[in-house]
Amino acid sequence: MLRWILGAREAQGNVEKSPVLFIGEEQPKNAFTELQVLKGHFDIVRFLVQIDDFRFASAGDDGLILVWNVDTGERLLELRSRSQQITAMMAYTFIRGGGDPHTSLITASSDRSLSLWDPDTGNRVHTVSDLQSSVKCLLALEYLDVWLSGGNELCVWNKDFQLQCKTEHYSDAGITAMVELPKSCIAAAKDREIVIFKIISTDLDMTVVTVRYLADHQDSIHALIRVNEELFASGSHVGELILWDSADWTIRAYEHILWEERPADGQAEIRMSMQKQSEMSIQHLTSDGELVVVAVGSGLYVYHVMRRSVVAYRKHAHDSDILQTMLLDDGQLMSCSEDGSVRIWELQDLPLPAEPASSGFFGIWSFGRSSKPTGPPAKKVLDVPNLRTLELIGDLIGHSGAVQMFLNFPFKGLLTCSTDHLIILWRDGERQSQLRSLALFQKLDENQGL
Amino acid sequence: MIGSPDVVAFTKEEEFGEAYTDPCLLPEEFSVPLLTANTNPWTKTSYAKFSKDFILISEFSEQVGPQPLLTIPDDPKVCGTFDLNYFSLRIMSVDYQASFVGHPPGSSYPKLNFVEDSKVVLGDSKEGAFAYVHHLTLYDLEARGFVRPFCMAYISADERKIMQQFQELSSGFSKASECLKTGNRKAFANELEKKLKDLEYTRSVLHKETELQKMNNGCYSSQAIEKANELANVEKSIYEHKDLLRQITSYPNRKGRNPDKVQCEPDKPCNTNMFDNTLTSNHSETEESLDGDDRNQQSSYVPQLIKAKSAKCFDKRLKTLEELCETNFFHQTMDQLHLIEKSFRGDLCYIYTSQIDRALLSKQKITSFLFEEDKDWEEEATLKHLCDAAKTDIFPPPTLNISGEPASLETYKTCVEAIHIKTEAESSGTGPQESSTSDLTQETSEEAADLETKGSFSSDKSIEAIGNMSPANPQPLYPDDISSTSAFYEGPSVQPHVDNTRLKTLSMLGHDSDVNSMDVFETGNLVQLDTACCMGQEGFIYEEPMPEPLQEGSSDMVVKQEPQSLLQRDPSLQVDYALGEPLLTESPVTGLSPPEINANSLSEDMARVNVEDTSDTTSYMSTSTSSDRAPSPFGFGSPITVKQKKKAGHSALRFIRQYPFAQQAIFCLLSGRTLVILGADEGTVRKLVNALSIFVPNLGKYGEIVQPWLSTSFQLTDLLRWKLIGLQRVASPTGSNMLYSLNRYSRYIGILDCDNKTLRCPQYKGTLINHMADHRTQIKRGSTYFLHIQSMLTHLAAKAFLYTFCHHLHLPMEGDDEASLASRRTNFLLHLGYSEEESKIVHFLSELIKQNYIQGPSKGVSQSIFSFKYTTSYLYKI
Repeated sequence: MLRWILGAREAQGNVEKSPVLFIGEEQPKNAFTELQVLKGHFDIVRFLVQIDDFRFASAGDDGLILVWNVDTGERLLELRSRSQQITAMMAYTFIRGGGDPHTSLITASSDRSLSLWDPDTGNRVHTVSDLQSSVKCLLALEYLDVWLSGGNELCVWNKDFQLQCKTEHYSDAGITAMVELPKSCIAAAKDREIVIFKIISTDLDMTVVTVRYLADHQDSIHALIRVNEELFASGSHVGELILWDSADWTIRAYEHILWEERPADGQAEIRMSMQKQSEMSIQHLTSDGELVVVAVGSGLYVYHVMRRSVVAYRKHAHDSDILQTMLLDDGQLMSCSEDGSVRIWELQDLPLPAEPASSGFFGIWSFGRSSKPTGPPAKKVLDVPNLRTLELIGDLIGHSGAVQMFLNFPFKGLLTCSTDHLIILWRDGERQSQLRSLALFQKLDENQGL
Repeated sequence: MIGSPDVVAFTKEEEFGEAYTDPCLLPEEFSVPLLTANTNPWTKTSYAKFSKDFILISEFSEQVGPQPLLTIPDDPKVCGTFDLNYFSLRIMSVDYQASFVGHPPGSSYPKLNFVEDSKVVLGDSKEGAFAYVHHLTLYDLEARGFVRPFCMAYISADERKIMQQFQELSSGFSKASECLKTGNRKAFANELEKKLKDLEYTRSVLHKETELQKMNNGCYSSQAIEKANELANVEKSIYEHKDLLRQITSYPNRKGRNPDKVQCEPDKPCNTNMFDNTLTSNHSETEESLDGDDRNQQSSYVPQLIKAKSAKCFDKRLKTLEELCETNFFHQTMDQLHLIEKSFRGDLCYIYTSQIDRALLSKQKITSFLFEEDKDWEEEATLKHLCDAAKTDIFPPPTLNISGEPASLETYKTCVEAIHIKTEAESSGTGPQESSTSDLTQETSEEAADLETKGSFSSDKSIEAIGNMSPANPQPLYPDDISSTSAFYEGPSVQPHVDNTRLKTLSMLGHDSDVNSMDVFETGNLVQLDTACCMGQEGFIYEEPMPEPLQEGSSDMVVKQEPQSLLQRDPSLQVDYALGEPLLTESPVTGLSPPEINANSLSEDMARVNVEDTSDTTSYMSTSTSSDRAPSPFGFGSPITVKQKKKAGHSALRFIRQYPFAQQAIFCLLSGRTLVILGADEGTVRKLVNALSIFVPNLGKYGEIVQPWLSTSFQLTDLLRWKLIGLQRVASPTGSNMLYSLNRYSRYIGILDCDNKTLRCPQYKGTLINHMADHRTQIKRGSTYFLHIQSMLTHLAAKAFLYTFCHHLHLPMEGDDEASLASRRTNFLLHLGYSEEESKIVHFLSELIKQNYIQGPSKGVSQSIFSFKYTTSYLYKI
């Protein structure tokens, strides 16, 4: 695109973009026409957590936790920890003494400590240090009034930061993700297996027992999410997507995503090893209960839970690995990637019920384990009557490093954080202009005229 | 007292002139005044012996009586044949202080009265001179009663000017006087300290001697008694001096001690060694004003023996005015007086016009930040500069050639006489309008002509003065108008006083609240009256303002800064003005200190620019130092700024002739899209940036949203800061990095490649900019083009204002939805004659207005929010 600037010289390699995905500068459906850069971090910003309707917190490798106002972009508080990088952060709402729910922030940092912050005052209310391992994930269980931390062991804490119980120490691998299941059960991803824990709570104490190991993944699990009441999903490094039954922990569906040209055949397993690992690694899963969006390498893959089939896909959705995806209400989805951009997609129906696209882009095949009750779902996919497409309707370019995460405040804006130490608040310019007009007339009234 | 000034009284019109009236004549209000040959029709008094207004400082010397000390301007031509000695006598004879310092009855110790200055107006119809006279008293340990009466007078041939600008004159001179007095108090305290040291030393010596005599003789000889008496005298003297010192140092610390105020006081570095930095000791006859070197020397003051009988009166040399005050304060005062002289130059109607002009302009703040320069910032910048200078102590004691007091009266007299003879021939030729007319032409004339006008010269001088800060520089080292220093120094604490006096005067002048009582007064000047009259003497009862907590930038202060001329002339305007008060940050007339001095007013960007770009630093500096507070008929800033803009206009003219896609580039800037000018040659790029900068809305006080030359790759945050960027094209890895970022952010920018003569930006199809940038334009001159642009941009800004503040365009009415609101907006803009693309400009300007209004002007250029549009760019080639 910039050849004219470069003159005769060769364009830079990284300037090149996939022609399919170049959207151009005309983006009528992209409403984000205003941005604000929030500066404050000194290192990679990895986490964004919503606190309430107007506040959010950001944290990252510099160990700083900053609380911001999303309306003004103003930095409200700076919560200083020991300057060790933050490894997990969660907003935790509990009932305080007065009976009103109060939202706090729980952070875990790599110095093996956990802290509870009050985002109103900026005080560190509780802190626990010298844990056996650093915490990778956090999960709040409201009905038990406890929260869990997952590292090389699973710990259960009450709201006063008292350790209730914990599991044995797994020296080989830590817990990277947890989801809440019915009947006081927890599914935790630990390397290649999913461990089901059950929390048994009596009046006196609380214990956590390991119920089952689910070892169906071939490689380490990167993503574990809850899909709906009945299902949870996990995705592994080699592109396996498994839908599990939340109640009896059986496999309800099994997909192996391979971005391959040729239909799957007996050679698939050989080819699999030749494929670049990152290209089929499932980085992130997101779901609205009906659709599961799978970020596979730099591609996007939308799976319909009910139909047990893929409804849309985009093999090269980004120039680099996708780090997070998000489903919006209006059939749009967003993805952010290591290439520094955020892309907005729309699930569009194909204009004609044309013949299904070549299934070669993704191989869906039966894993064929005889013990599994479910049959191979491959045929169903090919029978899908209306395969939809993911149309790129806009992209947000601003960060100069990988976009780690985003956080959406409906009607207020979208926040993105990145390795370039910045947080960008993207807003609807029209809406903001309108709001400013209102503010103007309000001030005009206060001043009683000009 | 010798002689007495004429009474300038309130007289009725019928007392004036002949009683005869010709019934055939037109009513007087329609008559054309007769114009005699060789006279300037605007000159009120052609018989005045001086060519234009000037400021005279006189002293009532205890040795020789009233004597003139200096005039401002110190050009002998100004005073012409006017007898300064005689006039000094007149003004000093209006003695205002009934109570001198001394031994008040019932007290055995001398007591210092902190008397307030008096302000009087007096006229001398014989001389054709009218004066605002400001009396003040300075303390001098050696003077009779420790006081030296001085007065500063603004002398004009037009008594209406004096009367109607009384408030402004009063506040201006009060500032100057405060400055002098503060310096004087410091110097006096220093003097006292030294004297005390001397006395204590003397006491110890005498004590020793007495003891010695007692030891030797064993009995009291007459000599010993004499010594004892002497000792007792010294003791008493010590006590008295201590008391004086206590009194002078306990002077209500309204000024100077306030931490907020102190920070910018020019002599701050001296504060620590305040007492070391004394001016003159009692015994040093030849000690001149200080150098930095002297300070060290003086820090170890050697006390000296005081003789029993000190030399009295006439054989001793009195301290000069500069010695009486600290040098810094003296020069500050001089600057303030120069400023007064400058701002009251010219005809009264001209001063009026410009005052009204400024008052009205100040109401335009809502939009004027877009394309017109902000008046405040010039002053602020000057101030900033001065503060910096003071802080780093590079403020050398300047040596003003003539402003120093003549060593003796004799030399002064001969001097005056010489001037007398020399200027007699010339004085008739020059009219008093000279300065104002030159000001007028200056705005419209071409650059070459500019050089010859006064303004340019003075500003050039000031650049030079700033440029080489060597103490040896023979030129006045201070820029002509560093008003703001003293304004700042004075701070708000003075203002209650000013306010009081103004109110008093008002009530006094406007008898039955008749604002036109001035006119009545006016006619009185032709009536020759012999009795003396001092206007306002009783009126100015000084009310000591309570030491109140400082209200920096409070709205109270703003309220106090109404333009008095409006106050007096037009009640309706006044009311209107009062409504607008919260918006005002600075009085257009009195130019008192800006309520909020932001010490960090130079933004980070600015600093960066300065570091990167020395040539620009000079230009910024010159802009700031040459702030022209003199009224200017067109309302825009200093000559140098106009010159710069005109130059830019010239380059812009060249640009639109040279590049057929100039309109697109201008559209980019006006619609808020950052324009990057890419080129290998720095000069070319800078020239283009300079040319296009006149199109950048909200250019900022320091032009901080323009980056004339950037040689590193830029980031997103840079796009938020700068709207016009000159970017170096480099053929290296950094270059490719830069091109990468150019490519990455291409949706937010327009790129003008001045090497390949291409432009990549969105399309513009409207007609508005066609009028602005017509490459076949007949305009030849840069300045004309600049004014043309300025008028069009102002027009745009006015439309944007209308668009922003129309309720029905932004607030939904009943049964409205977003869509109908949007269509109403579109229709409104269509009605204004703006197509879709021009609407983008209005939208952008409107957003700027909103942000500026909501956040207030204090926030200045708010770049925190960056808006953009997703539109396709096209590549334009020549």
